[in-house]
Amino acid sequence: MKEYIMGNGAIALGALCSGVNLVSGYPGTPSSEIVETVYKYPHEGVYLEWSVNEKAALEVAAAAAYSGARALVTMKQVGLNVASDALMSLAYVGVKGGLVIVSADDPGPISSQTEQDTRRFADFCRIPVFDPSTPEEAFAMTGDAFECSEKYHTPVLLRPTTRICHAYVSIDVPDSFSPWKYEGFIKDSKRWVVFPGLSYMNHGMIEERNAGIAVDFSKYRFNHVEGTSPKAVVTSGVSYAYVKECLKDRQDIRIIRIATAFPFPREFILHAMSGVSEVLCIEELSPYLEEQILKTAGMHHLNITVHGKLDGSVPQNGEMSTELAAGILSGFLDIELSVELIDTGDAPQLPVRPPVLCAGCPHRASFYAVKKAMEGRKAIFCGDIGCYTLGNAMPLDMVDTCLCMGAGITMAQGFAHTSDDAVCFAFVGDSTFFASGMTGVVNAVYNEADMILCVLDNSTTAMTGHQPHPGTGKNMMGNIVDKVDIAKVLDGIGVKSIVTVDPLDLKASVTAIKEAVEQKGVKAIIFRSPCIAVSKPQAKCSIDPSKCVNCKKCIKETGCPAIIIAEGRVRTDENMCTGCGLCSHVCPVSAIGGGPNE
Amino acid sequence: MNKDILICGVGGQGTVLASKIIAASASIAGYQIHSAETIGMAQRGGSVTSHVRIGDSVYSPLIPRGRADLLLAFEPAEAVRNLGYLQKGATAIVNTAAIRPVTESLAETGYDGSKMVRYLADKCTCIFVDADRVCAPFGSSRFFNIVILGIAAGSNRLGISEDILLEQIEKRVPAKYTGINKEAFNVGLEFGREEALTGQIM
Repeated sequence: MKEYIMGNGAIALGALCSGVNLVSGYPGTPSSEIVETVYKYPHEGVYLEWSVNEKAALEVAAAAAYSGARALVTMKQVGLNVASDALMSLAYVGVKGGLVIVSADDPGPISSQTEQDTRRFADFCRIPVFDPSTPEEAFAMTGDAFECSEKYHTPVLLRPTTRICHAYVSIDVPDSFSPWKYEGFIKDSKRWVVFPGLSYMNHGMIEERNAGIAVDFSKYRFNHVEGTSPKAVVTSGVSYAYVKECLKDRQDIRIIRIATAFPFPREFILHAMSGVSEVLCIEELSPYLEEQILKTAGMHHLNITVHGKLDGSVPQNGEMSTELAAGILSGFLDIELSVELIDTGDAPQLPVRPPVLCAGCPHRASFYAVKKAMEGRKAIFCGDIGCYTLGNAMPLDMVDTCLCMGAGITMAQGFAHTSDDAVCFAFVGDSTFFASGMTGVVNAVYNEADMILCVLDNSTTAMTGHQPHPGTGKNMMGNIVDKVDIAKVLDGIGVKSIVTVDPLDLKASVTAIKEAVEQKGVKAIIFRSPCIAVSKPQAKCSIDPSKCVNCKKCIKETGCPAIIIAEGRVRTDENMCTGCGLCSHVCPVSAIGGGPNE
Repeated sequence: MNKDILICGVGGQGTVLASKIIAASASIAGYQIHSAETIGMAQRGGSVTSHVRIGDSVYSPLIPRGRADLLLAFEPAEAVRNLGYLQKGATAIVNTAAIRPVTESLAETGYDGSKMVRYLADKCTCIFVDADRVCAPFGSSRFFNIVILGIAAGSNRLGISEDILLEQIEKRVPAKYTGINKEAFNVGLEFGREEALTGQIM
């Protein structure tokens, strides 16, 4: 059957076609739809889970691969940082069944904290990496990665980027899939227990093996060269697609495409560069290929000039694009590639549209309650990763720091130890709490931190597309399971003050916060209200024009996108309003009705 | 047929569904399709685009600037923001009803879309349509994503048959909204046909 599917779906189907037995992952843009696609397709006999975080996902999958099963692990690039402790050791130990780790990079970055490059991670861990240029290739390379993993008994990275993950293509897929047959775990402590002696021995063996993989990769079908010109373009990933888009009418231009950055296919590149005098490397994120070309040129005394990020020919940061590539290629090849554009230099000033919390989002109410309760007091607000990072925007302005998953909880402690007069808050979402927040709470209790933990519990992983997590009572095997109760977890850790409130009840929320401020030690407030994007809206709010004095306080204080100004008057947008009623609490003349109060 | 269609708007307007319907329909009509979507943080009220590329010689998942054959703009400022993608001489179908971002309500710069509409009229061939007005009978402008498909098809700018589009609309909208979406498509078709007939640029 033909399926019109996004790159992430192509990877999922590639894994199912390879007989994958176990799929685990943690949601993160741009990788989230891989696990979800496996779930949507018939996958009988495949064990599927959203793990609590990326490290857990990799460890679950590693055991499956020790047993000879084929396993796929999915995450975004920063998730690989979380999983890296397991990955580094796993690279030394190796696997028996195929283990493919998808780490989706995000040049731009579009939805990430960093512009890190998974190819560097592959090099760092000394494990192979596949780098698709299209969703079709992502489908094919998933299968290739499984074979490579099994042939060389090593975990293998597949590194798509956002534009591959989110691009849609038609792919031919079989009607049914059958899981891989495997023998199960066979005990062998000399193989599966990582000891210094084993690591010493395996380190040497891995380097030797990698030389062999590089020879293999030199014959790999997705490492190819087109054209014969003495000036060559070296490229990879989606940048190859951009270069092809620019040069589709120029078959003479030599384009060298590297799909396996590590182990670097040196034999192939030497062959592909014969007769080349000048090279331009067009790649996103780090100048990985460029450095490999330079290294190769040095090792083999090649008389070539190399252009790219290192000499300023290609920007160091941000995404590549067809038009950016066209400009760079025009200069390098001395040809005209640009198209005539509509002149938009004289365009009127455009409104900016930063992403905002949805109308009716309970996080807005939680932030507003804390803001109100802390009026006139010095406070530090540590944020975290999720929709609620958007609480940083005006007018809420309630996120002073955001670093990485779970960091808010531990950073609030650091601020508490170094600032005597500020009340230190940490805001963490429910999914992030389970992913990497809990150990931070243990740290706070043990080390006697003075802080207020605000768990913004909307019962889902909202930002990445509403995936279930341990607190939701559902898992990816389709089972209803016991909910892991956040209040009980906190109680078990030893947090003395734990209060659960509905953030849409502003009065109760403000009272709870004020009470917490007066106490010493670690205090927790769980703001519990379901994500508005997946719950039924209440009766809508409306503004009574006869009472409204047009002070705009409702807009200025809450920043709710459902309150608009039309013909000079404030009103609610009925299409958007969900009736949360926060604005009715803000209105100084009680002009706003509807919502949960009526 | 080679056709690059850029769809732009604001997160929540239903651009992704419009893109999926065009892509699925073109595929059924026998064409090679590539498309790309904005997914993630930007969906929360931010600017969003969908790139739909129909044809055989497509490499990049995104339409290069200056190459789009058609711009379907769900919001006037978003049309201007993405105008650089449109080929010289090509058509933009533009909703004139502005969506004012929250930042606008706070700063009050007076953005209402009218300046954008005037600017666009100067820069390219435009079919202007007021989504609020045209969607008034449906009770919500969220059906505009289907109306605009009707306009594109009715004015012969899509190159895909109306029947195939309608079939895909029926397949992809929730069952209880099928009737209203069919109606929205027909309203768009009429609007587009009239435009094609009179050749009048509004």
